[in-house]
Amino acid sequence: MRFLLAGQPNSGKSTIFNAIAGYRAATANFPGSSVTYTLSRALIHGREVDVVDLPGMYSLTSASPDAGEAVRFVAEEDWDLIINVVDASRLERSLELTLQLLQLERPMVVALNMMDEAERHGMTIDAEALGRKLGVPVVPTVGRRGQGLKDLFRTALQAAHGGSAAGTGCFDKEVKTAVARVKNLLEDAGFQSRLPTTLVATKVLELDPYFREKVRQSAPQVENDLDAIIENLQEIHGWSADQVVSGCRHAMAHTIWDAIGQLGRPKVGWRERVDRLLLHPWSGGPLMVLILSTVFYLVFGVGRLLEAPLVGWFDGMQAVMEGRFPPETLAGAVLSGVFLGVAGGLTIVLPYLLPFLIALAVLEDSGYLPRMAYILDNLMHRIGLHGKSVLPLILGYGCSVPAIMATRILESKRDRRITAALASFIPCSARTIVIYGLVAAYLGPLWALGIYILNLVVIMVIGRVLSQFLKGRSPGLILEIPSLALPTVKTMVAKTWLSLKEFLIIAWPVLVVSSLVLALLECFGAGAFLNDALTPLTVWTLGLPAAVGMTLIFGVLRKELTLVMLVQAMGTNQLDQVLTNEQLVVFTLFVVFYVPCAATVAAMARELGWKDTAWISGLTVVVALVLSVAGRMVFAVI
Amino acid sequence: MTTLDTVDVLRKTRVVFIEGGQGVGAHLNTLGIHVGDCLEVVERAPFRGPVLIEINGTRLALGRGVACRVRVEAIEDRPVVPAVRAS
Repeated sequence: MRFLLAGQPNSGKSTIFNAIAGYRAATANFPGSSVTYTLSRALIHGREVDVVDLPGMYSLTSASPDAGEAVRFVAEEDWDLIINVVDASRLERSLELTLQLLQLERPMVVALNMMDEAERHGMTIDAEALGRKLGVPVVPTVGRRGQGLKDLFRTALQAAHGGSAAGTGCFDKEVKTAVARVKNLLEDAGFQSRLPTTLVATKVLELDPYFREKVRQSAPQVENDLDAIIENLQEIHGWSADQVVSGCRHAMAHTIWDAIGQLGRPKVGWRERVDRLLLHPWSGGPLMVLILSTVFYLVFGVGRLLEAPLVGWFDGMQAVMEGRFPPETLAGAVLSGVFLGVAGGLTIVLPYLLPFLIALAVLEDSGYLPRMAYILDNLMHRIGLHGKSVLPLILGYGCSVPAIMATRILESKRDRRITAALASFIPCSARTIVIYGLVAAYLGPLWALGIYILNLVVIMVIGRVLSQFLKGRSPGLILEIPSLALPTVKTMVAKTWLSLKEFLIIAWPVLVVSSLVLALLECFGAGAFLNDALTPLTVWTLGLPAAVGMTLIFGVLRKELTLVMLVQAMGTNQLDQVLTNEQLVVFTLFVVFYVPCAATVAAMARELGWKDTAWISGLTVVVALVLSVAGRMVFAVI
Repeated sequence: MTTLDTVDVLRKTRVVFIEGGQGVGAHLNTLGIHVGDCLEVVERAPFRGPVLIEINGTRLALGRGVACRVRVEAIEDRPVVPAVRAS
């Protein structure tokens, strides 16, 4: 049996999903935090059920790329029941999607989620009355605290064996007639679909490209008649057909809300007061700078606190080990390769990665990211984008892969291409570790901050240039700003663990194996050969020791590798003793900017195609070279 | 009649018309903004930045380019005192 969790963005689908499936789907407090679906098998009241967490969709219309995936899943995959997760505090608007889901005429249950938020907004909702109006069970829930979830899934199990929802047909007379005409036309033409014809007819009237294409494929002869019906509807109302249908649904939702809900006086608490400051025309910007610099210094401070004792401890161990097994012997090379891989992950990567992931999780779950999009909209316009692009870019500080996938929340292809290109330049947590571990640790935090600022300036320049070359429609910022929320410790721990697991399970073994391979290559003299081949880049262009050549090659696998391999290649944890300040900065600059890691390249190819991926990767190398050489020149002058 | 990018902050207004192609109109529709709906501009970012509007308890950020396409009319003379300030 398979249940779908469907609902509007930020209604808490992933939270409910995680409550029964364990923390698998990353949750966050901004619309569009899940852009792809997550599937898990869960045991519900003793029965095994597949549960699918769909990306949020405002409407069952496929026009927007973020909803496309969800609509396709609902239309083409097999499933038994929909759990429509509804944000009770935005009930009236959410009902517009519910009304469309009812048209699927399949078993359905409504989870009236975030009841605590609704209460805070001064709303009282009669859930039973809503159930009677919709003709499907409605269960009040508070997903974040797990309230009502047992009841929800028990009801879902019962409903899955019960009858299907009946589509509601309270459209106005003209729309009803138009839907009936399209339906007849499709049925006469022998149109076949897994979905009810009434739903397809409504979607065709709403000018939905996905359903229109389906009709074109299986019944091309009705094209002209369809256009005539659509035109006729537009003539009667004076608006475009999609707005007419959507307007009718809006009115229906309003009527239902009027009958079952009441709006009292909203409670005003700390959230509203803080929000006023965060979004105020004059305090918003300075507060954003303050928040981000605090994050930067906290990560650095905590990282250094954790790093120092670990490095000392491992240095001692290394000395003892090298005394027994000299690195020139095969056994010594293998041991030191494995040891440095393990130690590098533990002493250099984790101390900075852990506080960084926690800080990012707090930013995501508090709901601050969409507020940054609002504040930075103006600035983003100057580089030819708009505020919504800020979301993927900020996520890029965590990992470039989800950042590039998050570009799906952007409406236009042009914006997606530019934002994905820029996101690949954002220093992800792996590159952040290189910045912290090399520049901040040896030259001081101000130098690291300088690299971040330089990175932002470069991104703005590239954005400005790209937006001149890539023409296309950019619709402007339209973004829901969710209420601020206090992140719970439980979610923070689960979320940080989810990201950390990625490092522990995938990255760390790669680190250890690569470190071992490097040690063996060096032991057999092959490393020197490869390093020699790279000297035109490493020594002549970048002014670095020849030994770093291999680290840059491995860095394409994962960027953390460059740092750990540097330790391995130089044979010491005290890198400032073997590299000058200039070399540390140039190395970092090159690593931060050149080709994003293999996983990012793959993600980019999936989202944008190989052609865009190739030129973006080429661009990163050129930018990395230019900046590194410029860095050398600056050091030569000072 | 005026547009959302120029209307007074905290004045209750009603949407009269949404200009522009299918894209913007449809997008605003899915977010709950239709002709005839009441909304108010809560905040306006400086230097021709976006506007923050509140509609049925939901807050939306609209870029100026979008806001200037939404034509509205005022439905009350005096600005409504928001709940935050009243407390």
